[in-house]
Amino acid sequence: MNLKLRIWRQKNAKTAGQLVEIDAPEIPDECSFLEMLDIVNERLESKGEEPVAFDHDCREGICGMCSLVINGEPHGPNRATTTCQLHMRHFKDGETITVEPYRAEPFPVIRDLVVDRQAFDRIQQAGGYVSVRTGAAQDGNAIPIGKVVADKAMEAAACIGCGACVAACPNASAMLFVGARVSQFALLPQGQPERERRVIAMVETMDAEGFGNCSNHYECEAVCPAEIKADVIARLNREYNVAKLRQAVMA
Amino acid sequence: MSTLPDSKVPSGPLDSKWERHKNTSKLIAPNNRRKFEILVVGSGLAGASAAASLAELGYGVKCFCYQDSARRAHSIAAQGGINAAKNYQNDGDSVFRLFYDTIKGGDFRAREANVHRLAEVSGAIIDQCVAQGVPFAREYGGLLANRSFGGAQVSRTFYARGQTGQQLLLGAYSALNKEIAGGAVKMFPRSEMLDLVVVDGHARGIVVRDMVTGEISSHAGDAVLLCTGGYGNVFYLSTNAKGCNVTATWRAHKRGAFFANPCYTQIHPTCIPVSGDYQSKLTLMSESLRNDGRVWVPKDPPTAEKIRKGQMRPSDVPESERDYYLERKYPSYGNLAPRDISSRAAKEACDDGRGIAPTGLGVFLDFADSIRRFGQKTIEERYGNLFVMYQQITGQNGYETPMMIYPAVHYTMGGLWVDYNLMSNLPGLHVLGEANFSDHGANRLGASALMQGLADGYFVIPSTLPVYLAGISPGKVTIDHPEFKRVNEEVRARTSRLLSIQGKRTVDSFHRELGLLIWDKCGMARDKAGLESAIAKVPQIRAEFYENVRITGSGSELNQSLEKAGRVADFLEFGELMCRDALAREESCGGHFRSEYQTPDGEALRNDEQFAHVAAWEHTGEGSVPHRHEEQLAFEAVQLQTRSYK
Repeated sequence: MNLKLRIWRQKNAKTAGQLVEIDAPEIPDECSFLEMLDIVNERLESKGEEPVAFDHDCREGICGMCSLVINGEPHGPNRATTTCQLHMRHFKDGETITVEPYRAEPFPVIRDLVVDRQAFDRIQQAGGYVSVRTGAAQDGNAIPIGKVVADKAMEAAACIGCGACVAACPNASAMLFVGARVSQFALLPQGQPERERRVIAMVETMDAEGFGNCSNHYECEAVCPAEIKADVIARLNREYNVAKLRQAVMA
Repeated sequence: MSTLPDSKVPSGPLDSKWERHKNTSKLIAPNNRRKFEILVVGSGLAGASAAASLAELGYGVKCFCYQDSARRAHSIAAQGGINAAKNYQNDGDSVFRLFYDTIKGGDFRAREANVHRLAEVSGAIIDQCVAQGVPFAREYGGLLANRSFGGAQVSRTFYARGQTGQQLLLGAYSALNKEIAGGAVKMFPRSEMLDLVVVDGHARGIVVRDMVTGEISSHAGDAVLLCTGGYGNVFYLSTNAKGCNVTATWRAHKRGAFFANPCYTQIHPTCIPVSGDYQSKLTLMSESLRNDGRVWVPKDPPTAEKIRKGQMRPSDVPESERDYYLERKYPSYGNLAPRDISSRAAKEACDDGRGIAPTGLGVFLDFADSIRRFGQKTIEERYGNLFVMYQQITGQNGYETPMMIYPAVHYTMGGLWVDYNLMSNLPGLHVLGEANFSDHGANRLGASALMQGLADGYFVIPSTLPVYLAGISPGKVTIDHPEFKRVNEEVRARTSRLLSIQGKRTVDSFHRELGLLIWDKCGMARDKAGLESAIAKVPQIRAEFYENVRITGSGSELNQSLEKAGRVADFLEFGELMCRDALAREESCGGHFRSEYQTPDGEALRNDEQFAHVAAWEHTGEGSVPHRHEEQLAFEAVQLQTRSYK
């Protein structure tokens, strides 16, 4: 198929960027979106032009490193699909495709389509863990967890940390991401001792990093490649409110 | 020429070696630990678990990864599960059985004591991960669920849907995050190690490129831990992530570390077949699928041809005309025969002209029987995400039509040589996880990679690193040492050289050319003539690379072409060593199949008399033939026998 790309080029964080048109003729239908970009890049390089920088690694939908906003949608038009798993057969011959980086203040552009998502790591560092010393654990079967709860925790834990939820949200809210982690641990018995401390620390860090609040657009749920449901945001709010209330009462 | 150090396997009965080693090894007192700085390269299962556990003990740790976050290391893509000898199923499992299955699965080419230790700590890994909140699959009663994997007749594999690697890595990542927050670990994402600094024979630091600014910096430490994964991307197409590379271990090798058994590579039987030249990587689908999927091809080549041409549907092939070749050839293990054997059987079927993918290279993995027996819902619960992934990539629905699969490069058993303490022949340089050679012999069993990565990081290195640290004084060498300046200059010179070539071909074109050659000559089947031709050809590709590669941009910015070029330059050297190793090993064992050495019915023919050893290669200078050392493998607890899964 023959395509036209309108693609974001930006030298670095300090310079301004712009959309540049690049022709992409003779792209095989079977290739993935990133393989299409590989082809475009090899052609640019052969002409001595700089290739378009984009993040990617596992190319099987699990590492969360690929991003991109394709025709206005993070990870493109398909539901429950990362950019690396999006295939060109879903586009039409002759189509113009706009490719941009995630747009959110806490995710500054590093170059072209590459953004800095370290704010996510800092939120996890604030409390996204169960404190357990290596070697200090009891037998795995000493903590029975009903299948229903275990499955629910797994659904939340499936988050790949790609940041599409932030990119899709008009408020650049990270509450789907934070809610997923908070839910996983709030559901499990292992997460109970640090339950309140965790949610307060993670929410405060999220706010300090400049992410906005949820105002119920549900765009995050719609674009999430791991199909995290927005009810984790409801749980996040509940967990946070209860924790703050108990903190106030105990003070 | 150096000599190969002693493997430092403790004496005494096999099942008490590890306990005794721990009881008698030197310790570092808590108040002294903070004086030591440990450099951990890589943040996958091995790296993250090691960094977190060492920091928790009080050591100062710096951890480096090339991805934008520690959570993205390629361990995350492991699907099926992690083995542990818990015997929760009451099916007769034990530490000895896990040990025995692993050493047999490795075709008796691994070190007994290391493998036994791995089996011993396997149970504690599960406990640790459960305590971290890893959501393993559960039964309705709330207890942990298990499934079966290739090469075992017990159910000992723990799993979290088809995302076990992700969940285990997020567990280790969370432990790492706790230590980063506490200030015990300093994390360096988007940082690539480009060289090792050796001072007076000891590994004392690394040189790293900041992939955003291009800054090249030096870091000194009292020990260096390489947890940098395998070299599968030497084949260009593999199931590894695009960024996986051999640079860290290869650079260490060129600074003196021995590379062991580089010819041992694992070709995984259940991957999605290649569909075109544009293909950038191959996608694996968990081996656990073979629990419920049946592998077959048509009995006759003409039927296969009709399927290839789309003139016949797979469901139209009557039962009597199908060849369930794994069930036929290996009745006791059937579709769960180990990876090397299943892969070779698929290749044979396709070489017979019975392949069913449009390219001729593919076999069916059919779920129709299981769907009839258990219902689609149960199959969906077990493997739902894998069916989704298959459909995303191929556009086909695996519930309705059989999946097409073909073997692909997946894992590398070879790696830097290490002793029982996971230390290489260079004092201070320790190597963990897939990056070392130690536990899987010539073939790794499914669900054992996650086990090894976490065993090394959580439970082995915290006990064995002090053996080295107790003998040195901390902080002796700083980055002001002239050797740091020298290595730093060399790294800068290499980068400038790559940028100055300004030829006509892209980096990827060289990588593809190398990959095809290695796949052809050093892939699923190898022979003397092919390997010799590859050994002659690789240097020619390398020479052209240094004359004709074109890298745009500069070194002082984010430059993905430059990153790739550095990695491909190292693969172009490493590929040659791999072929040399395959040539020197005149036998077939595990994933290393030399066509000249096979039984009349086409099974691997080992030569225990001459090759029951580890080959450890020493770099002897540019343009000079590397030297092959041998570590004899002593088997005390198991008897070497022909591996049979019939």
